[in-house]
Amino acid sequence: MLKSRLSGFIFQLIAFFLALGFVSLILVAVGASPFDAFKNMLNGSIGSMRKFAEVLVSFVPLLLVTAGLLITFSAGLWNIGVEGQIVLGAIGTTWVLRLFVDSSVHPAIVIILSIFGGMAAGALWAAFAGALKTFGGVNEIFGGLGLNFVSTALTLYLIFGPWKREGVASMSGTEPFPDVFALPQVPDLRISLWSLAIAGVAILIVYFILQGTYFGLKIKAVGKNIRAAYLLGIPTWQYSLYSFLICGALAGAAGALQVTAVYHRLIPAISSGYGYLGLMVAMLVNYQAIWAIPVALFFAALNIGSIQLPILMHLDSSLSGVLQGVLVLFVLLTEGVRQKFVKKV
Amino acid sequence: MNQETLLVGLAGVLAAAAPIIFAVLGETLSERAGVINLSMNGTILLTAMSGFAVAYTTDSLLLGFLAGMVIGALVALVVAFASITLKQSQVAIGFVLALTCRDLAYFLGNPFMGVSGPRLQAMPIPALSAIPIIGPLFFRQELSTYISYIVIFLAWLWIFRTRPGLMLQGIGEKPAAAYIRGANVNVMRYVYTVIGGALIGLAGPTYSLGVRAGWMGTISGLDGIGWIALSITIFGGWNPARAAFGSYLFAFLQWLGLVLQPVLTQVPSQVLQVAPFPLMILTLLLVNIGDAEWVERTLAAMPETTRKFMAKLLRAMRASPPAALGVPFERD
Amino acid sequence: MNVELKNIHKHFGKTYANKGINLSVRSGSIQGILGENGAGKSTLMKILSGFIQSDPGGEIILGGNSVVINSPADAIHVGVGMLHQDPLDFPPMRVLDNFLLGRSGGLFPNRASVRQDFLDLAKQFDFSLDPENYVDALTVGERQQLEIIRLLWMGARVLILDEPTTGISASQKQKLFITLKKLAEQGMTIIFVSHKLEDVEFLCSQVAVLRAGELVGEMKPPFDTSKLVEMMFGKVVTLGERQPAQTGETILALQDVSLEDVRLKIKNANLDLKAGEVVGLAGLEGSGQGLFIRACAGLVRPVGGKVFLKGKDLTGKPYHTFKRGGVNFLPASRLEEGLVPGLTLTEHFILAEEPTAVFIDRAAGQRLAEDRIKSYNIRGTPTSTVESLSGGNQQRAELALLQSPLSLILLEHPTRGLDIESVIYIWSKLKDRCKKDGAAIIFISSDLEEVLQYSDRLLVFFSGEVSEPIDAATTTVEQLGQLIGGKGWPQKGDVNA
Repeated sequence: MLKSRLSGFIFQLIAFFLALGFVSLILVAVGASPFDAFKNMLNGSIGSMRKFAEVLVSFVPLLLVTAGLLITFSAGLWNIGVEGQIVLGAIGTTWVLRLFVDSSVHPAIVIILSIFGGMAAGALWAAFAGALKTFGGVNEIFGGLGLNFVSTALTLYLIFGPWKREGVASMSGTEPFPDVFALPQVPDLRISLWSLAIAGVAILIVYFILQGTYFGLKIKAVGKNIRAAYLLGIPTWQYSLYSFLICGALAGAAGALQVTAVYHRLIPAISSGYGYLGLMVAMLVNYQAIWAIPVALFFAALNIGSIQLPILMHLDSSLSGVLQGVLVLFVLLTEGVRQKFVKKV
Repeated sequence: MNQETLLVGLAGVLAAAAPIIFAVLGETLSERAGVINLSMNGTILLTAMSGFAVAYTTDSLLLGFLAGMVIGALVALVVAFASITLKQSQVAIGFVLALTCRDLAYFLGNPFMGVSGPRLQAMPIPALSAIPIIGPLFFRQELSTYISYIVIFLAWLWIFRTRPGLMLQGIGEKPAAAYIRGANVNVMRYVYTVIGGALIGLAGPTYSLGVRAGWMGTISGLDGIGWIALSITIFGGWNPARAAFGSYLFAFLQWLGLVLQPVLTQVPSQVLQVAPFPLMILTLLLVNIGDAEWVERTLAAMPETTRKFMAKLLRAMRASPPAALGVPFERD
Repeated sequence: MNVELKNIHKHFGKTYANKGINLSVRSGSIQGILGENGAGKSTLMKILSGFIQSDPGGEIILGGNSVVINSPADAIHVGVGMLHQDPLDFPPMRVLDNFLLGRSGGLFPNRASVRQDFLDLAKQFDFSLDPENYVDALTVGERQQLEIIRLLWMGARVLILDEPTTGISASQKQKLFITLKKLAEQGMTIIFVSHKLEDVEFLCSQVAVLRAGELVGEMKPPFDTSKLVEMMFGKVVTLGERQPAQTGETILALQDVSLEDVRLKIKNANLDLKAGEVVGLAGLEGSGQGLFIRACAGLVRPVGGKVFLKGKDLTGKPYHTFKRGGVNFLPASRLEEGLVPGLTLTEHFILAEEPTAVFIDRAAGQRLAEDRIKSYNIRGTPTSTVESLSGGNQQRAELALLQSPLSLILLEHPTRGLDIESVIYIWSKLKDRCKKDGAAIIFISSDLEEVLQYSDRLLVFFSGEVSEPIDAATTTVEQLGQLIGGKGWPQKGDVNA
């Protein structure tokens, strides 16, 4: 057991260096210095308090989404529809905010309501994918993907249709909400401690659900062997749906925070690909909820660190995505090699 | 709308469907052999970029298309190696590749953003293009569109009419039975995954050197095509003819969206462009619902004649995937 | 073509499937291979047909030449074709495509000539198969016919049939036998693997019996049935001391229950099961007993009839309703259906308690696990994952998962693959639970001794037919062996007379 864990760690380390090596090769191929690129990324992410705050802004939705995905992964489900669930969260939140924007209700209450509205909308969207899977036999990957496209269309429809800005509708999104409806931010920085706290609480809750509750144990049983779980008396389809609902609610919260703490309006690309990135983080941490925190932070740092690459080195900022993807790819491959060639202990 | 513009529009639909057809048929071949290549969305972007980059650098369209096919094949090789040799989850590896290849395309394509490069020109076929209606519709197209007609026919012919094609069906359906009939299952899976990948890799250059010439990075509008193609593969029931129909239907619906836009000013174009998706989900629902347990239980409670009728109905609707799709094959 | 197998060994891990088998079959004869499930028949035939390879040292001689067979393709190349028990064909494809698939030749097969060959062969054996029909619309018997003519067309001169009479109708069986005799007359070598005595005796010109991987005897007609049974199942069986059933209230009542799945139809099964009673289900694998036991668990919904549990009508109710009524089902495939690989013993025990609290009480779980591990004598720790346990310990773990109170235990092959010590232990535990909870047991076993030893009554299954309940105390292994082989079936109701 210990030995297998050790060999797993060694192989992950190998994967990490292979990924770095591979990306370095790509950089050399385009005539850039890998050393400079990595240095700039490091500088761009933790070089100053301001930059690190940006990393945290990116970390919050990523961690929330990952937390949700850990639940669906544990239930053996590929909730690719998580992108759409983030979007619906943002839409739900925007909807609630619009309802109350001219009312006399206290802004704090409105914000809380709107976040819950976003979570409910995200959960509802996830329930669609879940119902298609459990009652319709539609694989959650395809149901989810389809719903992702529908959600994007819905956003655009709202931005260009019923919720369009005074004057001319544009890709820049809906009319920004007044400042009182924004989650308070740390002075001079864009990060809101509130959203950081929400994300932290979410991952802790997921950690405890998976580690310490009967509910989590049942979810895991369903994910590992749905037949046996059913025979043991677990109503498996209900638990599949629950896991969709939880993941959808957390993804919805991510979308809600994008509206209330970051953009203060609905924009077309509100999900910013955090759903897909979260899937990668969840894959990488392999059901270990606590590890989601450093890995999500690392991925967020890569995201932010690469923003300045176009200016500094004339490199596209998608380098971060390449590095993230290659890293997960090599982890998967080395794990396969380990299983095939290293005798299990 | 007069006949002239209608014909031009419909001819455009045929052209716009060509890359989707390449991708869907590539995926169909791969899945027929039992391997899901989920990387498609990334592969299309990466090959679109690299096909354009190579054609731009070498000033050779042929090399551009070749580069796309080689890269598509290489990505598929990674999928094959991870799933067949290392027995890792096809879904996981394909998904990661889908994202990685996409970002790689944006990263490497940076210097080629917005530059104008070579592109395919329309190649009217003498004589045939002069036929009224049929001529302007089918025979004043770019080379890639003609190739798409041929690929549909060849893929159909290969799968359903040739000896190796029959074996391909067998490998995806029941590898053990194909094995006793002399097939080297895992080698064939490699071969078809890689060939399928090369076809998917043809889709990218067809966009960047034809249908949507040039490379525009994230605003190329190509992100998502691969996922659409995956759903069309299912809709197509792993049959090249039905898959081609799905691709044309999709391209037609998208065109319809553009045409209707001036009429339905209230509805933004992006909404009409995803209109096929709810339809796609509905279709998947119809082809899959017969597998759900509650349907089975409900059926058992029905009187015998209803039971038989319903079972037949569900059976007629469903598009069964190759039975061994995603299942590793071992001899014992 | 004469077939000679010399010194064939095959082992999988620690278990020997074949131990030094020597067998020779003359051209033009029909060789029967008899043996109970797991005797090594299938392994031997898979070796001959190239599906698996024997351990080094064995030799296969065909028509006087030593041959190396590394794959089924090699086998058919040298003229050996095998008809597998589960037809290895392609259900969603057409008959003609199935026929054609695997035959080498040009890129485009000449369908017209293939079709002609097909129709000629079908006509020769009086098979009425439509080449354009889809295989999944055929019966198992028709699929066999298709496979037989395909193998002949491929050039098979040795034809191996593995349990070919399972799941086919009487008339199809008759046709199959006529075909096989005709083929033998034409000089083909037929190897007929079965454990249906009746079929083997009727058809074969020579019989070899396998038991526990070894060839224990051969016989030529006239066959001595009781001697064959003795060879199949070992020496005269000594039954332990039987305890008369202590019967109480009715636990499970089946009234005219009809069941259907893709392959089988069971019509009007009846059973009245009392508390404390053990009913064994005997029959060849796939004769309907699996469907029957799943219907008793509520996993399969009957298409007709009524199911009562302790007097309550549960017809058509889902499995979890049955489970709440105290019905527990232990499936045969322990790691596929019974247990959750990746979870520990403690986690299993916690789950089986159907907890309603929110947080896991680790200490209580630990105590529970330690307690169960001790009382069920499981060799493992509370933190052992189930897949790390041996088969016997997995089975004990499954028993330890039985809920209480308990009204009915359903078991599929409860002791398959276990050593004798575990078998005795598990049955003593089962009987204990039965007595303590006033529960009843229904179990499936292919071990006839086990069926007779531990049941009070038994049901015999044969191709979807279900016998009336038979008194186990007055039945011998030999009688039961004949019954599951489809021989000596009385009219319903006459069994105990």
